[in-house]
Amino acid sequence: MGQNPADRRYTIEHEWIKVEGEHYIVGITAFAQDQLGDIVYIELPKVGDRVESGKTFGVIESVKTASDLYAPVSGEVVEVNSELVDQPQTVNDDPYSAGWMIKIRPEDSTSVERLLTAAQYSEQTGE
Amino acid sequence: MLGTIGIERVDELFADVPADVRYPDLHLPPALAEMEASKHLASLAAQNISVREWPCFIGGGAYNHYAPSAVGHIMGQPQFYTAYTPYQPEVSQGTLQASFEFQSLVCDLLGLDVANDSVYDGASAVGEAVLMAQRLTRRERVVLAGSVHPQWRQVVQSYVAARDVAVATANVRNDGETLSEPRLLDLVDEHTACVVVQQPDVFGHVRDFNGLADAVHERGALLIITTADATSLGVLKTPGDWGADIATAEGQSLGLPLQFGGPWAGLMACKPEYVRQLPGRISGQTTDHEGRRGFVLTLQAREQHIRREKATSNICTSQTLLAIGITAYLSLMGPSGLREVARQSHAKAVYAADRIAALDGYRILTPRPFYNEFLIATPLLGPAMRHHLVGSKILGGVPFLHHEAGFENTLLLAFTEQNTRAEIDLLVAALAEVAA
Amino acid sequence: MTAAERVAPATPLAPGQKVEPLLSELSRPGAPSHQLPALDVPPAEDWSSQLLRTELPLPELGELDTVRHFTHLAQRNFSIDSNFYPLGSCTMKYNPRVNEDVARLPGIAHIHPLQPDETVQGALRIMFEMQQLLADITGFAAATLQPAAGAQGELAGMLMMRAYHLDRGDTHRRKVLVPDSAHGTNPATAAMAGFVTVSIPSDGNGDIDLRKLEAELDDTVVGLMLTNPNTLGLFEKQLREVTAAVHRVGGLVYGDGANLNAILGVVKPAEMGFDCLHINVHKTFSTPHGSGGPGAGPVVVSKALEPFLPAPMVVQRADGSFALDFDRPKSIGRLKGFQGHFGILARGYTYIRMHGGEGLRRLSETAVLNANFLRALLKDDYDLAYDRSCMHEFVLSGRRQKTAYGVRTLDIAKRLLDFGIHPPTIYFPLIVDEAIMIEPTETESRATLEQFAAVMQQIAHECAETPDVVRESPRFQVVGRLDEVTAARKPILRWPRGNFGQSVT
Repeated sequence: MGQNPADRRYTIEHEWIKVEGEHYIVGITAFAQDQLGDIVYIELPKVGDRVESGKTFGVIESVKTASDLYAPVSGEVVEVNSELVDQPQTVNDDPYSAGWMIKIRPEDSTSVERLLTAAQYSEQTGE
Repeated sequence: MLGTIGIERVDELFADVPADVRYPDLHLPPALAEMEASKHLASLAAQNISVREWPCFIGGGAYNHYAPSAVGHIMGQPQFYTAYTPYQPEVSQGTLQASFEFQSLVCDLLGLDVANDSVYDGASAVGEAVLMAQRLTRRERVVLAGSVHPQWRQVVQSYVAARDVAVATANVRNDGETLSEPRLLDLVDEHTACVVVQQPDVFGHVRDFNGLADAVHERGALLIITTADATSLGVLKTPGDWGADIATAEGQSLGLPLQFGGPWAGLMACKPEYVRQLPGRISGQTTDHEGRRGFVLTLQAREQHIRREKATSNICTSQTLLAIGITAYLSLMGPSGLREVARQSHAKAVYAADRIAALDGYRILTPRPFYNEFLIATPLLGPAMRHHLVGSKILGGVPFLHHEAGFENTLLLAFTEQNTRAEIDLLVAALAEVAA
Repeated sequence: MTAAERVAPATPLAPGQKVEPLLSELSRPGAPSHQLPALDVPPAEDWSSQLLRTELPLPELGELDTVRHFTHLAQRNFSIDSNFYPLGSCTMKYNPRVNEDVARLPGIAHIHPLQPDETVQGALRIMFEMQQLLADITGFAAATLQPAAGAQGELAGMLMMRAYHLDRGDTHRRKVLVPDSAHGTNPATAAMAGFVTVSIPSDGNGDIDLRKLEAELDDTVVGLMLTNPNTLGLFEKQLREVTAAVHRVGGLVYGDGANLNAILGVVKPAEMGFDCLHINVHKTFSTPHGSGGPGAGPVVVSKALEPFLPAPMVVQRADGSFALDFDRPKSIGRLKGFQGHFGILARGYTYIRMHGGEGLRRLSETAVLNANFLRALLKDDYDLAYDRSCMHEFVLSGRRQKTAYGVRTLDIAKRLLDFGIHPPTIYFPLIVDEAIMIEPTETESRATLEQFAAVMQQIAHECAETPDVVRESPRFQVVGRLDEVTAARKPILRWPRGNFGQSVT
């Protein structure tokens, strides 16, 4: 399993959060996509929707499982990776870059600091 | 076997069952041998008057259409009826392909591009469609046309009851001359998830829904069109043509025996963009490792065995055997056969209506055009009318609206290709006796 | 004519083995359709063209080609009639043929649900007696035959429990407790009924964890949904303590009757504290599974829940006649367009009448005996999920085969197909790693059970010695393993619109 990049933060729900200017980019980790197997469908919120920390913002499905996606922080969705609708396997192939899911304008710009570092997350997943 | 297991008596296997309630008395009648059971059931069956014995003019959600003999024989293939859910696709290609064919036919009949492998019946299909619309719109209120089958409306009420959802019904009124229904759109507000209408409606009236879908969509709601007698789809414009987002139908008319109420099959189709919220089983086409075409259950992540409390529905079975029967029926009839069933059913109803309208004390309440069913105003109460017809050895009409104000003296009559002119003349004569 | 010019012989494959075209591909324009008698009344086209459809895209095959098509399809299925089918939790017992004869009698098959009561006394009597038989077998006060299947029975039960609490003015109950071994329908049903589910873990013996259950019990509990025997095939050891604990906080206990086949005549669920229970007629009472349905899911209830049963009920009037009773003011209403799957219920009624009380008890004992016999034969070659005597089914784990040889339970299931055996239920219950859930039923002979065990033992050896043989199975079916990922990513759910008489592959 690939390294978890150190340039971002993580949650115990297996999401990553990368700061880009005033926005947060959110995706799922390599560990998560490996556990799910071949991803067949991703349901994401619409631009302008409000997501709430700890609440679901979408669903990700493989053939025999379905998992909720949990928002790591609260904020407004400013961009959605619409390519995932037709190419959900991108999350399998490139979870940390092309497989990003949503971009959020956080309500509290310090909220990311409360999340796990790459080292802490790796410890959680037993890597 | 006991030795292999390591016990001396079978009852040792039930040691976990509390001793004081173990092996209770059952008060069942003594066991019958097959020969005795056959005779007993035949004698019970003989206490019923079947629609093959007496002329039948009962509709109201189930219709005495003819099923070609081959339909029953196809459903009677043991490798269909003694198989179960196609969990192992390699040894269930028969079922999965038949389901795929059924879905294709339902799409074409209803004029929409995605269908499931059936739900329990036409009534629960409407219930599921309403729940689906609530999920899609994230709105709660439901607007039901009063001209939707009353028993189907009750099922919708049960399906949404737990969510404390307001259901607004546009009740139809009968002033003794004609039926009138309030404007549905007046009941639609910004909390309305869907508007449900029936075609032909429960009184048999073929409705013109021109403009309805646009008006419903403008208000952010979805349009659900449901059909009770699916043979009508042999001639009438489809729900898809009218702009429905979700369409449902009772499949019984398409080759399934009446069976005192079931099992039948609920047909359910929707626009492709809503497929992830469609409940029930779905078969999809794919290939195996050698590129051979095959079919699998697909989009299963919607379903209860994966999504559990977040599933689109708790439905676990489909009515697959009945869906196979419907598929066989449509294949045997073809487009010309189904159209002929619809035309004949309609022509017989028109013939009957013209004669009943000429009788003293009767009036046709359903506005024209109707399909194969219409409501009549009767000189006696509905149940009394029906009782009188039994005296003439006729299974005649449905009085199920008689408890609603304004509908006490009414009877709903239905006609199919099976009703001969002689049978209809008999019905008219029996009605005339009451008028006189 | 020379030999070379002769028509090639048919392939040695049986018809069911060849790729079977779709109905749309078999369609030939102008093929004869089913003929109706000539219209004997004046034709009428009493409507404007804007109400009519412009095209009716249905296939045209005629009778013979239709029959052949479906015969070929049927040959591509495993079924009880052709294969051993030990699908755990589904009770795939033999479907006696006499039931089919009964269901086809004109007085059963061809009666309309809205006929006057006086013309359907035989049918109403079957339903009335069926209500009583089911209530007696399970120890409850009353039964509704209306639910279409087990899942709809669950919904009926949950709605009745809701109505019961509301009727007592108890408006704040929201929580339904469901063990982690439960069928997915249980939490899905609770959600449909508007409740929140709380999952209760199982303990090390496969029973519900009583302490963790008690920790969740309070006055917001609607009730507990419990399958007994549970989905591990085990009879809950502390069942009475469990039901009593739920009752202490005013909750009710819903029984999922999926596994009733183990305890007919052995114990009545009502006598162990259940308040209601659904019955799968297509499992316990031998009606055919129909490639996935129809079923029938009657619900039996205690006296306290009786007022809330769906309407109509079948009642016997003072004069001895039978009638549909719609006058049920506290009823949860209606779940089906009419009064239930009568065609299925008539089959189940026949089955019960042919067994009697003693026969039902014997069949459950045999079902449990058969399961324990198989369990004993297989316990050395596979890991047992729980090492205690089982009821009518038991759960193995393929974890040894997975860890030691890299062969998954799915592979073992596919390998069984090569031996003409329908695999057991796999990957359920969720709490057992690589689960293999085996339910032989009482209708299988000892020889069949031994043969199945021999095949399972051989596959266990193959996992160790020639694992690729297992991983590359099945090899002798009409298709190999299918690409389910592409099927879900790019769903093809119907044949191409209007594409008749042409192959699309």
